[in-house]
Amino acid sequence: MYGYVGKILRVNLTDKVTTVEDLDEKLARKFIGGRGLATKMFADEVDPNINPFDEANKMIIATGPLTGTPTPTGGRYMVVTKSPLTGTIASSNSGGYWGPELKFAGYDMIILEGKSKEPCYLMIEDDKVEFRDASHVWGKVVSETTKQLETEAPEKSRILAIGPAGENLSKMAAIMNDYDRAAGRSGVGAVMGSKNLKAIVVRGSGKVEVADKEQLKAVVRDCNKKIRENGVTGQGLPAYGTAVLVNIINENGVFPTNNFQEAQFDKAEDTSGELLAEKYLVRKDPCYRCPIGCGRHCKVGDIEGGGPEYETIWAFGGDCGIDDLEEIIKANYWCNEMGIDTISVGATIACGMELYQKGYIKDADLDGVPLEFGNAKAIVEWTKRIGMREGLGDKMSEGSYRLADSYGVPELSMTVKKQEIPAYDPRAIQGQGLQYATSNRGGCHVRGYLISPEILGLPEKLDRFSLEGKAAWVKIFQDFTAFIDSSGLCLFTSFAMGAPDYAAMYNAVIGAEFDANDVLHAGDRIWNIERIFNLAAGVDPSQDTLPKRLLEDPIPSGPSKGNVARLSELLPEYYELRKWSTDGIPTDECKKELDL
Amino acid sequence: MEVKVKLFATLRDGRGKIVYIPFFDGITPAYILKHLNIRHEDVAILLVNGRDGEFEQKLLEEDYLSIFPPVGGG
Ligand code: SF4
Repeated sequence: MYGYVGKILRVNLTDKVTTVEDLDEKLARKFIGGRGLATKMFADEVDPNINPFDEANKMIIATGPLTGTPTPTGGRYMVVTKSPLTGTIASSNSGGYWGPELKFAGYDMIILEGKSKEPCYLMIEDDKVEFRDASHVWGKVVSETTKQLETEAPEKSRILAIGPAGENLSKMAAIMNDYDRAAGRSGVGAVMGSKNLKAIVVRGSGKVEVADKEQLKAVVRDCNKKIRENGVTGQGLPAYGTAVLVNIINENGVFPTNNFQEAQFDKAEDTSGELLAEKYLVRKDPCYRCPIGCGRHCKVGDIEGGGPEYETIWAFGGDCGIDDLEEIIKANYWCNEMGIDTISVGATIACGMELYQKGYIKDADLDGVPLEFGNAKAIVEWTKRIGMREGLGDKMSEGSYRLADSYGVPELSMTVKKQEIPAYDPRAIQGQGLQYATSNRGGCHVRGYLISPEILGLPEKLDRFSLEGKAAWVKIFQDFTAFIDSSGLCLFTSFAMGAPDYAAMYNAVIGAEFDANDVLHAGDRIWNIERIFNLAAGVDPSQDTLPKRLLEDPIPSGPSKGNVARLSELLPEYYELRKWSTDGIPTDECKKELDL
Repeated sequence: MEVKVKLFATLRDGRGKIVYIPFFDGITPAYILKHLNIRHEDVAILLVNGRDGEFEQKLLEEDYLSIFPPVGGG
């Protein structure tokens, strides 16, 4: 088998038994790998109505066929499970070096089942798989856990772990790997915590075979050239990381501020990517075989580590009305240590601040750390409390929707399907609004990054206020992204590469004959199996919506003043393009076309 | 009157964050870019008052520009 290594490691945590199964290559080719294949297998094996913390919920950690190959950024893996935050399918992606190592050990994916009685971790060294006691690292933060397990593992092992937030079942908990890379969203870390699995250590000595080495060399050379010569992937991201977006998004007046009460932050410059590069950047921190290297490694005082990303700076910065970049870097650091999603935590603190501003949360609830917009001292402290479920942090650990709902005002939570919307106000980026509303994992920017055409002008500039053609753009971006996520590559390559480039890499690696249409068709299929799972899980199409504020209250000031998200005008067209019924259900025709 | 020009990322090198250019009737972003020695191909995003702008559009008093090189992605 080429691209795929052909084996699945099934791990039963209840009985402490592992089995190795053959990968069904036909199924793999149909659903590509990573996000697609794992979702298909998950949906076939797990009752969609399962409680995410029930031991019958499973978790699949899957690489793609290009993971561990010489393709640019070929180092990603995907965590698929049922999300405790959204109740939808969760699929959280991470880079670093762990994914390729799993393939070198001889597995395309791990299926985790059941629940261990006591804290344990998995040690995988090629075909030797051991369950080990983790009581000595239970309760420890991610860096301490990783350092400790390094001493117990073969040299050059790669480590994936949860922090206290995952152990404490925070619905925003992440899975971390290589210290500070995160499969961040939808609470996947809590599912791992519910299984009493602290970490997976892996060391492999094998390699990934490819179908046509010469062809692959040529294709990779060509793709690397495109990446180097593209302004975003060749200059912008390497120099500034994603944080450069702070000023871009703010200048456009779509930088959500004070929990989306405003859309421009007058102090954004003090939290900018330019400032981060000038004052705090220690070095770039690229993932496996990445010629882009957007990853940052920053330092403030004695705090040093990966990030922060743009989304993080926004969540703890503008969204909380905070202009103190040092405190933001520290909050990011503590998210990595707690093993918790920076976007959801920052946005939940912002929601808490609005609840305080409006009198729902009282001073007596705050143990001396006011949740006040602009209070920079609040973000580190509340991040820790959320991770540890201390005081009000316990309730906040459930995410902003459940927090606001507990005061009877769920509309103050800026979420879609209970997951926090990221750093772009969709009231004046119409395509992005539709994308948020229809994302299969709830509020998310990377299921289809419409910011690329609507703000950055890539691959072409669209008018962000206009509705024209937006439904079609959203569908194409969602399908295209589903393929990239399933292939094992990083989405950021798509600033420089198009569907024909991915097809060329995929063909050279696995020996297929895909063209650009096949790429989109496979993505469409993956999108639909996610949708079908969500519908079966009871997440009905009425949830394809946005918070009331974004639909009804116009942006109050700045360059995007006066706009609301015109979702109801776009949604019918989107359903139609997807060949779904008018009420959002995939039709038989759609399923037949996609061979589902 | 002056036109406020906000520069970002690498465009700040040797120019600073904010530059003011004397306003005259008929002034365009293209004129300002030439004045600042910025090539059109180095401009990925040109905003006039936070909205997508054109190189050749006539500016009004009070207009401000935001200019970005190819950067971005989050
Ligand atoms: S572009 Fe950034 S996130 Fe993507 S693989 Fe490279 S360093 Fe990792």
